[in-house]
Amino acid sequence: MNLAWRDVRHNLLRFVLTCFGLSLLMGVVLSMMGIYNGLVADALTIVRAPAVDLWVVEDGTRGPFAESSRIPGDTRAAVSRLHGVGSAGSVTYQTVEAATGLGKLRLYVVGYELGRPGAPEDLVAGRPIARAHFEMVADVRTGLEPGDRIRLGRDDFTVVGLVANHVNSGGDPAVYITLGDAQTLQFELAPPAMRVQRQRGAAASDTDTINAVVARVKPDIDPSSVAEAVRRWKHFAAMTQIEQETILTRSVVDRARRQIGLFMGILLAVSAVVIALIIYTMTMEKLKQIATLKLIGAPDRTIVGLIVQQALALGGIGWAIGLVLLMAVKDHFPRRVVLEPENALALAGIILVVCLLSSALGVRAALEVDPATALGG
Amino acid sequence: MTEHIRDAIVEVERIAKHFGSGETRVDALREVSLKVHAGEVVAMLGPSGSGKTTLLNVVGCIVEPSSGRMRLDGETVYDGRWLRSDLRRLRLDKIGFIFQFHNLLPFLDATDNVALVLELAGVGRTAARRRALELLDYLEVANRRGAMPAKLSGGEAQRVAIARALANSPRIILADEPTAALDSARAAIVMDLLRKLATERDACIVAVTHDEKIFDRFDHLFHLRDGALDPGAPS
Repeated sequence: MNLAWRDVRHNLLRFVLTCFGLSLLMGVVLSMMGIYNGLVADALTIVRAPAVDLWVVEDGTRGPFAESSRIPGDTRAAVSRLHGVGSAGSVTYQTVEAATGLGKLRLYVVGYELGRPGAPEDLVAGRPIARAHFEMVADVRTGLEPGDRIRLGRDDFTVVGLVANHVNSGGDPAVYITLGDAQTLQFELAPPAMRVQRQRGAAASDTDTINAVVARVKPDIDPSSVAEAVRRWKHFAAMTQIEQETILTRSVVDRARRQIGLFMGILLAVSAVVIALIIYTMTMEKLKQIATLKLIGAPDRTIVGLIVQQALALGGIGWAIGLVLLMAVKDHFPRRVVLEPENALALAGIILVVCLLSSALGVRAALEVDPATALGG
Repeated sequence: MTEHIRDAIVEVERIAKHFGSGETRVDALREVSLKVHAGEVVAMLGPSGSGKTTLLNVVGCIVEPSSGRMRLDGETVYDGRWLRSDLRRLRLDKIGFIFQFHNLLPFLDATDNVALVLELAGVGRTAARRRALELLDYLEVANRRGAMPAKLSGGEAQRVAIARALANSPRIILADEPTAALDSARAAIVMDLLRKLATERDACIVAVTHDEKIFDRFDHLFHLRDGALDPGAPS
């Protein structure tokens, strides 16, 4: 007969409550893993959205995400003419606050040229931007729906399509508009300010400025060789897609990533201590029964099985309920929680090891107990 | 003499046990010799610290003696050292224990508390439960077969504990204060049961007790004083 199961069944409510408490802890560990992944995934979404091979930015910078980058709008034409470049497009990035019916909304506005690289390619609803002005593709986290109108700067935009999980490294949802609209929004002065500038005799500012040029290289062309050509001949900074992603994960979100990673490690250590204490306490409460088992002739494997099976059940059930809880609530987190199957399996493996190590304390106490303690009061 | 040793189920010869050494040495048993035969119900008496519990632990193969020789059910188990490496298996095969407080496992019902010992000995689940039910019936607690220990009265729990002690048909039953937690009426019932077991199963019962009201129910009383049998005490 399985003594571990019988003991659990005898104290079922207590065991379930313990499992539930542990599952909350496991849920927090899993959510930290998910937040960690989400942070990295969010940081990479925008940079992966245009599906390009090459980023050309202002010389001496690592823009447009890690640092500010401003380059002339005609840079795209120069990059397009380079050997090995298949297509190129100009892009701008800026953060704005827009008023909606629900209050202020922080938006990460991406401007791109219609028909060129830079457009989001994974719409989940509606259609891409088709008109040169005042149309918008928005991330679902904005809460906007196709057909909604929202004011950015001095213009009203109509949402025509939706994308999912397009946010910047700060978690602000992205909206895509045409390059012309984005340049107007970013660089053009309001009419009163422009009049003041003219009265001061200042030259009209040039709004044909962009933050970066993104390019796709032709098949069988190494993007790094094109990047090298850009650096050498065009006096711009250039980096491949992989380099851009590395900058984001190693620089832009690195501190936050490490912070969460450290916190996750602390949580795992706390979980290990909690599991160890629970199992040790459960064992200590059973010492007289264990002594009786030894006295009546139960072998060590029966006693070890009693403790280890309960420890594994505790960890396994705690993990499973924690996973279910997190899956149920993860979409309600303010930022994206990305839980990959390998993360859940990794935690299961860690819990397995923790449970075995934790139960070792209890097993040691159980094996040391003198069967003679079963005798007498 | 040799023939006589064979007849005894418990044969203890010049068993000594000391704890510590030098100035802190305590002689718990001083060359104690005794024999208990099949069908006998004997008690070990003595004041606290006299060595009776140590002797019970030695006979139960829980505590290793310091010297001497011991035979249980025809097998020499100690002769200056344990002659069996697996003492738990020895206990499982040869010895049944009855405790002062029944010590039933609280998470098993009455039947499974008895069946557990059989399963530990390698008996299959169905056969173990069948045998457990027979024993519970024998001890007249079959009507409580599915009850958890917490739901049993003191007398019922002690009967279940006795059934557990009998599960593997041991010929040696060691009882530690078997009636201490019971009133006079139930103590008498338990003693009658032990007597019945010794007679019908050709076993011997070795009990440690302080319960004077049951002294007359034992075949022999071994009085211990300062770790040695008191030859002047009445037996």
